[in-house]
Amino acid sequence: MKHYVIIGNGVAAAGCIEGIRSVDSEGSITVISAENHPVYCRPLISYYLEKKTDLQRMNYRSESFYKDHGVTVLYGKTADRIDADARQITLNSGEVLPYDALCCCTGSSPFVPPMQGLDTVQSKFSFMTIDDTLALENAVMPDSRVLIIGAGLIGLKCAEGLHNRVKSITVCDLAPRVLSSILDDRCAALMQKHLEKNGISFILGTSAKEFQGNHVIMQNGAEVDFDVLVLAVGVRANTALVKNAGGSVSRGIAVDDACRTSLADVYAAGDCTEYHDISSDTVKVMALMPNAYMQGHTAGVNMAGGQAVFDNAIPMNSIGFFGLHCHTAGSQREGCEMYEESDESHIKRLFVKDDRLTGFMLIGHMHRTGIYTALIRNRTPLSSVDFARLKIEPQLAAMGSAYRDKVLKGAV
Amino acid sequence: MKRIYVKEEWCLGCHLCEYNCAFANSGMTDMVKALRGKTIYPRIQVEQDENGVTYAVSCRHCTDPVCVKSCIAGALSKKDGVIEIDHSKCVGCLTCVLVCPYGAVIEDGSGVAQKCELCMKNSCGAPACVKGCPNGAIVYEERGEAE
Repeated sequence: MKHYVIIGNGVAAAGCIEGIRSVDSEGSITVISAENHPVYCRPLISYYLEKKTDLQRMNYRSESFYKDHGVTVLYGKTADRIDADARQITLNSGEVLPYDALCCCTGSSPFVPPMQGLDTVQSKFSFMTIDDTLALENAVMPDSRVLIIGAGLIGLKCAEGLHNRVKSITVCDLAPRVLSSILDDRCAALMQKHLEKNGISFILGTSAKEFQGNHVIMQNGAEVDFDVLVLAVGVRANTALVKNAGGSVSRGIAVDDACRTSLADVYAAGDCTEYHDISSDTVKVMALMPNAYMQGHTAGVNMAGGQAVFDNAIPMNSIGFFGLHCHTAGSQREGCEMYEESDESHIKRLFVKDDRLTGFMLIGHMHRTGIYTALIRNRTPLSSVDFARLKIEPQLAAMGSAYRDKVLKGAV
Repeated sequence: MKRIYVKEEWCLGCHLCEYNCAFANSGMTDMVKALRGKTIYPRIQVEQDENGVTYAVSCRHCTDPVCVKSCIAGALSKKDGVIEIDHSKCVGCLTCVLVCPYGAVIEDGSGVAQKCELCMKNSCGAPACVKGCPNGAIVYEERGEAE
């Protein structure tokens, strides 16, 4: 009987458990969970603040998930060290756990750059975990003025979540635009306008110079008084365990398309990893929940002796604010051609290079966009489809009758 | 597992399947009251290719469903071959719309996702699009699941 150990208890770990069990129903599985919660949907913490979900419904899997899959979860524990030669890990409690196959699903941690006077701020929070969220919820009052550092996905979802619970929200970012990691200037401007219409204020293109208690002075001279500070600057992959064990690590833990690290019998999945993005042909950290699950599942199958690859990873995000939705996928490669249509409340930008769709940004009209995503993922030559029609509306009709026969007339 | 398949050669392009789908999932007993004057968001959609060939597209209930793997709310699952949405868990992030390669998951008009569940969860009991197709162009049958 094999012994599987998974460090971490997020969605990548859940994928790993399901991957292992799709091959091996016998082996023992032990999960090391730093957080005292069963696996939950991390991106839903903003929906919790918005009261669109609750702690019960945020559970990613059913109550009997671990029992059904024969998993032992060690809550409140962390791993201190991996000894890859001896195939064992040491926990913070001193316990030693041997493994036949190990998966690191250690996720990422909030990154807080040094900011002068930050220690003088009493009421400050990260926004990554349920515990962060409950603490933040406890701190905000209807008359609170909230300052959020970071206009990325986490900061802006936090702003939306808090919107109806506080008096004012100001978001600042060093980048000159909102959602700078996924939107270009034009798309970001449309989204920013919509956010402002819903009462969110922005200070962009500058950073905090100095905090003085509940007061901040920005580099550009702007000053803001606040009651609650949320730090959502960015995240860093948790790579230390693999790095210290001698594994290959850059910005994330390096994994191949079977989710193997450079250490024998050690796999990794989720936000702690860096891996190949086929849309840009580069290796990067893509901390995305769908990819985390798919990596975890792939790792699990391989750990159990099966064969799986996750070899069509791309960055992709589906995110909305105050009713305006946005879909992005792939990359805007240098020298690409762009197809655009837009009006006041919607925009579509498709990026094409070397006869392939490499990326897109869509705001406001989200109908059947997965057909575009599949073009990127499958690296479909655009000369083999009716791209003139696809540009206007994603549809299988433009994909050719052979493809249609395959997907509509048989099981896929 | 039985699934929905289309016979292009028989499809008239009449869009009746879309109306039958919207009605079956409306929770109402009168089709006119359910649909009159309303924008419908059917879970099956008729397409037409450049040669005028029409056919309906709905969820393929994939062997390896990327929507289920991508759902950030744990709201999508596959049970007994049917991919279904737990609407109490869906928060309307629309990641499933972003990843479905067939464009078969649809926003329902109120911001959340919906998809064909083979009429298992409504009062119809059998796919309304199949039952209502006037020319037998949509069938519900076993064709084997791909490995």
